[in-house]
Amino acid sequence: MPTGLFHTKYRTDERIFQTLWVRAWLVIFFILMLIYPFIVSKALLSFTNVALIFILGSIGVNLLTGFAGQITFAHGAFIGVGAYSSALFMIHFKIPFLLSMVLAGFFTSFVGMIFGLPSLRVKGFYLILATMAAQLIIEWCMYNLDFITQGSTGLIVPKASIMGFVFDSDRKYFYLLFAVVTLGVTFARNLFRTRVGRAFIAIRDRDIAAELLGVNLWKYKLMAFGLSTFYAGITGSLWGHYVGIISPEHFPLWLSLYYLGIIIVGGLGSILGSIFGAIFMTALPEILRITASYFGRIYPGIIGAITGLQEAVFGLIIIAFLIFEPDGLAERWRTIKAYWKLWPFSY
Amino acid sequence: MNESLLFFLQLLITGLVIGSVYALVALGWVLIYKSTGVLNLAQGELVLVGAYICFLFSIQLQLPFIVSFILTLVASVVIALLIERLSLRPMVGEPIISTIMVTVGLSSLLRGIVIIIWGTDTRIYPSVFSQVPVYIGPIPLSRVYMTSIVFAAILLIAFSLFFKYSRTGIAMRAAASHQQAALSMGISVSQVFALSWIIATLVASMGGVILGLINGINISITLMGLKVLPAVVFGGLDSIPGAIIGGITVGVLENLCGGYFDIYFRAGVKEIAPYVFLVLVLIFRPYGLFGKPIIERL
Repeated sequence: MPTGLFHTKYRTDERIFQTLWVRAWLVIFFILMLIYPFIVSKALLSFTNVALIFILGSIGVNLLTGFAGQITFAHGAFIGVGAYSSALFMIHFKIPFLLSMVLAGFFTSFVGMIFGLPSLRVKGFYLILATMAAQLIIEWCMYNLDFITQGSTGLIVPKASIMGFVFDSDRKYFYLLFAVVTLGVTFARNLFRTRVGRAFIAIRDRDIAAELLGVNLWKYKLMAFGLSTFYAGITGSLWGHYVGIISPEHFPLWLSLYYLGIIIVGGLGSILGSIFGAIFMTALPEILRITASYFGRIYPGIIGAITGLQEAVFGLIIIAFLIFEPDGLAERWRTIKAYWKLWPFSY
Repeated sequence: MNESLLFFLQLLITGLVIGSVYALVALGWVLIYKSTGVLNLAQGELVLVGAYICFLFSIQLQLPFIVSFILTLVASVVIALLIERLSLRPMVGEPIISTIMVTVGLSSLLRGIVIIIWGTDTRIYPSVFSQVPVYIGPIPLSRVYMTSIVFAAILLIAFSLFFKYSRTGIAMRAAASHQQAALSMGISVSQVFALSWIIATLVASMGGVILGLINGINISITLMGLKVLPAVVFGGLDSIPGAIIGGITVGVLENLCGGYFDIYFRAGVKEIAPYVFLVLVLIFRPYGLFGKPIIERL
C-alpha cells in the first residue's frame, strides 16, 4: 500500500495521472465507456447524454468564473448563440456538421468577447450586471429577430452527421458527445499547466498583483472570455443537434444560474468538480421527478407542484453547499479518497 | 390639449407610479448593500412573497384589507429575520461570488415555495379603491395610481428623515460607513444587519402590495428584482437619494420607450429598455450619479 508518492523528477511530479494504478483505472474506464451504450437502459443513456452536454458547458463556465474569477450570468444565452449559429450555418450555408460546430464555437467566442470587453473596466458586481444585461439582450434578440431565429415557434435543427454517418440515435450520439467532452476535459485540464492557465488563476486571486507580475490583464481576461464562450458555443451546438428543435425558451437566465449552481456544487476552480457538479445537477430534477411521482400516489397535489419543488430544492442546495461545503463535491471526493487511502490507520 | 401631449403625459404618469414602486424596492436594496455589503439578487422575490402573503390574508382568509396589510408587514419582519440569521450571517467574510450566489439560491427557494403554494396563475387583489378616476386637469388618473404614488412618496420621505435624524438611522449609517469604528462606538453591528434586512423586506412587501393593487399578482413580479438593478446602478449603488431617483428614472424610461418604440420594433421594448440603459450607464458612468469611484490598492 503506497502511503505517499516520492518524486525525483519534475516531469513525474507534473503528471496528471501519477501512479500506474490510476492509469490502469483510466484505461478500464475508457473500455467501459465503449460498451456503456449497449449495457444501460434507454432512459439512462439519454440522461447520460444530457449530463455530458452539461459537463462541457460547466467546464466553460468554470474556466471563466472558477479559474479566471470573472462571474458570468450570460452563459445560458451564449449556449443559445452556439446552438442557433451551428444550426443556421448548416441550414443556410450547407456547411458540414463538424465544421459548423467549430464555426459556431468561434462565432460564440466572438460574441462572448464583445460582451467581455467591459470586463476590463468593471468587475465583481458590475460585471455581473453587464453579463446579465448581455443575457437579457441576447435573449430578446432570439425572440425578436424571428426572420433569422423563427422566434418562439422554434427552429428545426438538422441531424448531426460526419461523412454520411448520421448520429440519429442516443447510442450513436453518445460516442460523439463522449469524444468531444474528452477533448474538452483534456484541453481544460492541461490549460492550467501552462502560462495562460496560471495567468487566469493569478487574475482571479488578485488582479492588480497579477498585473504587477507582468500578466496583461486586458489580453488574458478577454482570452478567458473567448475560451469559455468557445466551450459554450460547442455545448450549444451539441445541444441543438441533440434535441432537434431549439427555441429561445431553452436558454433563459435560469440556465445561466443553473450553470453557476453546477460549478458551485461541484467546486469552483476544479475540472473534476465541473464533472461531478454536472452529473449531480442533471440527476437532481430526475430524482425529484421520480420521488414526486412515487409520493404522488399518496399526495396527488405534489405532481402539480413539481416546477416549484425543483426551484426550491435548487435554491436550498446552493445555499447548503455554500454554507457547509464551499469547495464543493470535488473537495468531498478528495477527503473521501484520503480517508480510504489510510484506512484503517487514519490519523 | 392635443392628442400626442395627452399620450405623453399618460405614459409619464404611469411611469412615475411604477417608478415610485421601483424606488421603494431600490431603497431596500441599497440599504442592505450599504450596511451589510450584500449584493442582493433576491429583492424581487421579497416583493413577490410580500404580495402573496397579503393575498393570503386578504382573499384566502377574508380579513379586512388594512388588517391583512399590517399582518403582511409582521410576516415580512419574521421572514427577514429568518433569512438574515440562517443564510447570510454564515457568509460574512466570504468572497463576493459566494454571497451573491447565496442570494441567487434564496431567490430560487422563495420563488419555488411561492409556486408550490399558490401556483403560477394571476391572482386578483380585493378592489379597495373605487374605479372612478380622479382628474388632474384634463388627465384621468385612476385612484389606485393616485394612492400608490402618494403612499410611496410618504414612505420615501419618511425613510430619508429616519436615516438623517433618528438615532437608529444614524447608527445604521455609521455601521455602513465604517464597521470597526461603529463597533467601538458601541453600535451593535449585528443588530444593524438584522434591522437593514427587516427594513428592506418591509419596503419590498409594501411595493408588492402596491403592485398587487395596480395589476394583480403573478410570478412575474420577480422581474422587479432584476429591474431594480439598473435603478441602483444609475443611482450609484450605495446612495439612498440615488436609489429613489434611479427607480423613478427607470420607471419613466421604460414606459416612454414602450409607448413610443413598440411600433417600430416588436413587442417587449419595455422589458429590454432598462438593461440597454444599464449598459449605457456602465459604459459612460459606471459609478452612477452619486456613487464614489472605488480606488483599489494592492
